[in-house]
Amino acid sequence: MIREKIRQEMIGQEVPGKHNDKDTIRRSTPSGMQRRDFLKVSIAASGGLLIGFHFPGVSQLASAQQASPNSFMPNAFVRIGTDERVTVIVNHSEMGQGVYTSLPMLLADELDADWNKVGYEPAPVDPKYNHPAFGMQITGGSSSVWSGLEQFRQAGAAARALLIAAAAQQWNVDATTCRTESGAVFNGTRKLTYGQLVGAAAKLPPPEHVQLNDPKTFKLIGKPIKRLDTSEKINGGAVFGIDVRLPGMLTAAIARPPIFGAKMKSFDDSRARSMPGVRKIVAIPAGVAVIADTFWQAKVARDALRVEWDEGSMGTFNTSKMMQDFRERAKTTGVSVRKDGDAAEALANAAKKIEAVYEVPYLSHLMMEPLNCVVDLRADSCEVWTGSQFQTVDRANAAKVAGLPNEKVQLHTTFLGGGFGRRANPQSDFVVEAVHVAKAAGAPVKVIWTREDDMQGGWYRPAFLHSIEGGIDASGNPVSWRSRLVGQSIMAGTSFAAAMMKGKAYDPASVEGVDDLPYAIPNVTVESHQAEIGVPVQWLRSVGHSHTAFAVECFVDELAALAQKDPYQFRRQLLQKQPRHLGVLDLAAQKAGWDKPLPKAMGRGIAVHFAFGSYSAHVAEVSVTDGKVRVHRMICAIDCGQYVNPGIIAAQTEGGAIFGASAALFQELTFANGRLQQTNFHTFPVMRMNECPEIETHIVESNEKAGGIGEPGVPCAAPAIANAVFAVTGKRIRRLPIRMTETEAV
Amino acid sequence: MIAFSVNGKRVDLDVDPSTPLLWVIREQLGLTGTKYGCGMAQCGACTVHIEGEAVRSCVAPVSRATGKAVTTIEGLSPDLSHPLQRAWLEEDVPQCGYCQSGQLMSAAVLLREKPAPTDEEIDEAMTGNICRCGTYPRIRRAIHRAAAMAAKGGAR
Repeated sequence: MIREKIRQEMIGQEVPGKHNDKDTIRRSTPSGMQRRDFLKVSIAASGGLLIGFHFPGVSQLASAQQASPNSFMPNAFVRIGTDERVTVIVNHSEMGQGVYTSLPMLLADELDADWNKVGYEPAPVDPKYNHPAFGMQITGGSSSVWSGLEQFRQAGAAARALLIAAAAQQWNVDATTCRTESGAVFNGTRKLTYGQLVGAAAKLPPPEHVQLNDPKTFKLIGKPIKRLDTSEKINGGAVFGIDVRLPGMLTAAIARPPIFGAKMKSFDDSRARSMPGVRKIVAIPAGVAVIADTFWQAKVARDALRVEWDEGSMGTFNTSKMMQDFRERAKTTGVSVRKDGDAAEALANAAKKIEAVYEVPYLSHLMMEPLNCVVDLRADSCEVWTGSQFQTVDRANAAKVAGLPNEKVQLHTTFLGGGFGRRANPQSDFVVEAVHVAKAAGAPVKVIWTREDDMQGGWYRPAFLHSIEGGIDASGNPVSWRSRLVGQSIMAGTSFAAAMMKGKAYDPASVEGVDDLPYAIPNVTVESHQAEIGVPVQWLRSVGHSHTAFAVECFVDELAALAQKDPYQFRRQLLQKQPRHLGVLDLAAQKAGWDKPLPKAMGRGIAVHFAFGSYSAHVAEVSVTDGKVRVHRMICAIDCGQYVNPGIIAAQTEGGAIFGASAALFQELTFANGRLQQTNFHTFPVMRMNECPEIETHIVESNEKAGGIGEPGVPCAAPAIANAVFAVTGKRIRRLPIRMTETEAV
Repeated sequence: MIAFSVNGKRVDLDVDPSTPLLWVIREQLGLTGTKYGCGMAQCGACTVHIEGEAVRSCVAPVSRATGKAVTTIEGLSPDLSHPLQRAWLEEDVPQCGYCQSGQLMSAAVLLREKPAPTDEEIDEAMTGNICRCGTYPRIRRAIHRAAAMAAKGGAR
């Protein structure tokens, strides 16, 4: 009791932006059934408003049921209250990329809402909220804004049409004589607010067609609108998965195998069992779970377990040996990915040639919020709270373990303390194990991974080796390029392999970013070798591009040096038929003052890359002192086509550059005897404030189709930095993270 | 029983004194704004104030708070009025937001001790707080902005 009281007194703050209950938990606990009841109504509704969306995935978008007498829900994406509040239901997870602002902006602009009255709410799991292109509920691929562009605008426009129709009916005038402004309908001097029209609008049939606004009239779209979710992220109010609390909830920590593929043989819990707060210790498929009253009790008891593991086949796995094997394999012909002309013959006839082998390590996503999941499993229902990027799959996997049909499982998406792809796990590893724990717990339970558990838990960006040979003619023009990549497939073995690999003998995610090499080179060969290794791998922010851009853009620099040309001008010349590459390249070079000299101890590097529908170029300025690379400034140019919020684009570009720079400078996962050698931030560092460069972002004005923004800022960072290191030291960086002791003088 | 105050309210708790303050704040007191990130004073997500000093609560046993005044993010201001919170809003600092409680609590001590911090002083005070989203440039700008606001008399 006293705890609750303290909590209320301590927290009692109004949180702008978020309109619903301040506490995610409260919405679904027995005392706060409103939302759950509403969902039932909403899902059951089939005869309500049907708004004709263009997307096949949401063509059944329906549900015009009243959420309550005090609100109106014309479609799945918006609810308007008699209190004038406009709640946008967002079907993408908020993990830093600003979807709780950019997607509501789209809807609010078409609705002509009062932006001060607009809030957000995470969507429940329902086919209505499927990604229109991917056919399931997922946040990934830098796709939230481009996939929601039409969807959210249409939803806003449809709601506005109904509100106008309701006002016109009340005034007995033609709807076309009415106009809207900032949350109200006007006719001459008469005015009815949206809140006043809620009851009447809910009774009207849906509009058959809706007219979207002329982009010239946009009030929000295209403007640097402040994020709606900042307030609750700076007062402790935002509820992340790890913050969810349920009445009677227990907490669990799990002892997982120290080696991938190891199996538990036996465990001794004689010490752990009698430790304070420990309720149950139980073997589950993921390992041994200790269920206790609090996390700390669970963690201390977990650490006191003695578990015997059957190490399996990975007990001798070493990454140094793996890279040796990769080097050998790269000497052999791989599966053909791309073949233009005859690269081998052109290379044989080239005036000058060069070969370079680039290597990148396994990487951890390392979200600030370690993995966690809360499960309340009952006889005929299961509720899950977690920061999911993959709702459809997570719910289905939870249902399978719970032995319930999908409809009996409700997944509540909390704020995500970073995602970067890790929270979209094809096997729902962190959800599935929590349901197993819940089966044993007999009470609602929260599983928390320690930082060490999270880092050692697998699903890394795969290590890759990328060997490139190239040649130039007597005038310095490249005539031949051959790339060979060796690394694990992310898609192979998942349920998405068929859809994503489309019958190809290679994984497109392994070679993306080199398979579409944009430079004008007449003879290009790209080959892939798929490595079979028992380390679980997964998409990490910018996926294949996170390594292909490094190899490609560093090798282009090497070719430029071979041709004795300026690396920027060399790229320009080879990108004459690629106007959008050229656009960002020129913009970054110009803003960086490419032609102006730098102080002697500093060097500049440049890189350009296309990924996730957007074009990006970076210029990095670095110095190297006592073998330590310092990045002073990064100038980023981005062309993501039509854009929604330039403030968020700048934030994502800055963050992407820092994410890429962290990997380039510091990060590497290594295995010795099957055991991961890194455990926490001290052995797998992230860039810190004192290491962070000045970053400028310049956005290309464009009417092209909208592209992504969460990932495109990452790939150019490493090659721009590596090329700058060459400019200042004359040493080529061919391995990440950059270690000046092992660089090659060229 | 361990007695101390949190955000001005007295608490008496029956808890193992070796339990990290972080978990007592989060689990016993239900103040979940203070975050767990590393458990070894590496990332700063758990930063709170004990008697006005920035402390990594993930490695501080709760016994360390005995008889002392603890302030968490929930107690930084009742209404987002702290100059840092206003500056954070102006600069649109957070991305995922998970590290921001710790960033703000570290910055609050910096600003009290150095009302007009230089970039070097910001580096020194903030380097213990990791942000995986990469909001550092905005944090830096927001600290400068908050300092300017406070100098103009906008601070409490």
